[in-house]
Amino acid sequence: MSSEDQASSASRTPESGITRFFNLFGLRVIRLNNNLGAIAVFFFRSFVMIFRPKQIPEIVQQIYFIGAKSAQIVMLVGFFTGMVLGLQLYYVLIKFGSAGVLGTAVALSLIRELGPVLTAIMITARAGSSMTAEIGIQRISEQIDALYTMRIDPLGYLVSPRIVASIISFPILTALFDLIGIIGGWVSGCVLLGVNSGSYFSRVISSTAMEDITGGFIKSVVFAVLVVTICCFQGFFTHMRTDSYGAKSVSYSTTSAVVLSCVMILISDYTVTAFIL
Amino acid sequence: MEKEPLIEFQKVTKRFDTRTILDQVDLKIYEGEVTTIIGLSGTGKSVTLKHIIGLLSPDEGQILYRGKPLGQMTKTEWNEYIGRISYMFQNNALFDSMTVFENVALPLRQKTGLNKKAIEEKAMARIKQTELTEEAHKYPSELSGGMQKRAALARALVTDPQIVLFDEPTTGQDPVRKNAILGMVAQNQKKFGFTAVLISHEIPDVFFISNRILALYDKKIVFEGPPEEFESLDHPFLDELVGSLEGLQQELTGLYSRRHFKVRYQTDFARRNPNDTYVAAVFKLEDMDAIGERIGHDAAQQVMRAIGSYISKHFGKVGAFSSRQTIDEFGTVLPFSNMEEAGRILADFTDDFQKHGMKGLECTIDGPSTEENICELTVSAGMAPGKPQVEVESIMEFARYKQEPIARFKCSFGGIMK
Repeated sequence: MSSEDQASSASRTPESGITRFFNLFGLRVIRLNNNLGAIAVFFFRSFVMIFRPKQIPEIVQQIYFIGAKSAQIVMLVGFFTGMVLGLQLYYVLIKFGSAGVLGTAVALSLIRELGPVLTAIMITARAGSSMTAEIGIQRISEQIDALYTMRIDPLGYLVSPRIVASIISFPILTALFDLIGIIGGWVSGCVLLGVNSGSYFSRVISSTAMEDITGGFIKSVVFAVLVVTICCFQGFFTHMRTDSYGAKSVSYSTTSAVVLSCVMILISDYTVTAFIL
Repeated sequence: MEKEPLIEFQKVTKRFDTRTILDQVDLKIYEGEVTTIIGLSGTGKSVTLKHIIGLLSPDEGQILYRGKPLGQMTKTEWNEYIGRISYMFQNNALFDSMTVFENVALPLRQKTGLNKKAIEEKAMARIKQTELTEEAHKYPSELSGGMQKRAALARALVTDPQIVLFDEPTTGQDPVRKNAILGMVAQNQKKFGFTAVLISHEIPDVFFISNRILALYDKKIVFEGPPEEFESLDHPFLDELVGSLEGLQQELTGLYSRRHFKVRYQTDFARRNPNDTYVAAVFKLEDMDAIGERIGHDAAQQVMRAIGSYISKHFGKVGAFSSRQTIDEFGTVLPFSNMEEAGRILADFTDDFQKHGMKGLECTIDGPSTEENICELTVSAGMAPGKPQVEVESIMEFARYKQEPIARFKCSFGGIMK
């Protein structure tokens, strides 16, 4: 190798390393950007299709599946979350002689933060994963293509009812979670640890403002939109995955949907809280 | 003046990544006809069909509907076009969380303004037509492969489409059921006048119901025309696909395909003295369409199968060779017999067939459960003498004129054929 070649190769090496880094980074950014765009288009097209005729039976069916059938697990988790909160906060507050404000601490923690977040995560685990799997299987077995051939818009038939059902179910289940959680806090704080029941409930009522409830409601609606869009999108485009095919692609899509939904719930929780406060 | 095609492919090319599936394909599909696409596995038959319904679009070239390119249609035109087409998928694509009835009723519920009762009546009529009444409230996973096919067929026909695309409707069916499905397609096509495009490997059976054959080989259409012309096609495709399928069928049934029947006739009689005589016979199940409707297409096909096996049994002994000529007719050539001997064999055949031919064949007759509700089946036969230098078709045509009923069977409600 001549000295000229050596010089040029030495000068190229660091450049090509940087170029490679930017190429890789840029590629990921572009892919992320494309995916976000696709998800947004997917959501808006599905949202518009809510208003097509003959949606009511499908919406009712989805409310039953996403809402009614998730109620039990949401209540169970809500009750024990409330109990744990009551227990932990009691031992913190007792150090300051403030056990009387246990009701306030439990209610605000649940209504502002834990209620919407944990409810959304529970629904993601129960209903979101099955949405992805169901739509994914319909995709790989050509059932979605069959809808196209019957002139039935798959977004309108499969996704729109789920969007409506989620927007209705998430806030209701969040309210249920909050209510049961407050009762759980009462059981551990008052029944088991001896805090005065009257004081607990009066603190719950007096310290909870309408803004707290509205904030929790807004969060639950935002989470509903995120969860249903991510889960349906992952299922709908299962066949486009490059890392797997067939049944495996459905399984990977389901995992991605649940992980991505949970991450987005936490990120958006912070964002929405920052706007509300 | 040349007929205007309903659908036309002009230099259509389709690639998946770097793999070319269709290469500059030109084809025409005419209104009111049954067009069958045949080809080896993986040659792009389903891809061709999916282009017609818009599930795939060409990388090059264009597809025209009544002369208008699909790519240039407005949204309204496109919706109208898609609304005229129905598609029966190769793997059925039934909704597995819905019952057969719900599957069939889905397009009516979603796309028509019919009330609940009308939807139920229409869906049940199609379900009945495809002989699935008892399975109407079962889920696809509870049905056999054949039943699932029929459920998909019912769903494809429920909207009374003008164009129906069938992607291998007979795959996974037993021979009787295969012919029953093809019969059902042909009968419905005649009844409703839709344009049918089929993908099928059922050669030569599919030729009986097809007006045109499109042969897809090595990414291109190598033949486009009527089935009769296809049989004389000089192309390696014919040996690869048709030869192997026909050979298998001959082994299974003892009957020749029409092509082999002709070849056997030509080779046998080329060496014969011009003054030699032979006899050609024609057997027909009368009014098969109506019978199919009354006792079911499966039962009608079983009757045809029984006729075929009795022909092989009786006439095969004297060196005769036979073939199914049309959906309801068999042709037999007795190369070494005269009319007297052929008459005796026919008498034996008639006696045996009348006594045992339909033994144990169950038939579920349509209509009220009364003793008067019976369906009569008539098998006719005709024979004519021929000479080697005369075309076998003209001898068989003569035999058709001389056809007379030789056996009659009665099928009463829920009974056994007698």
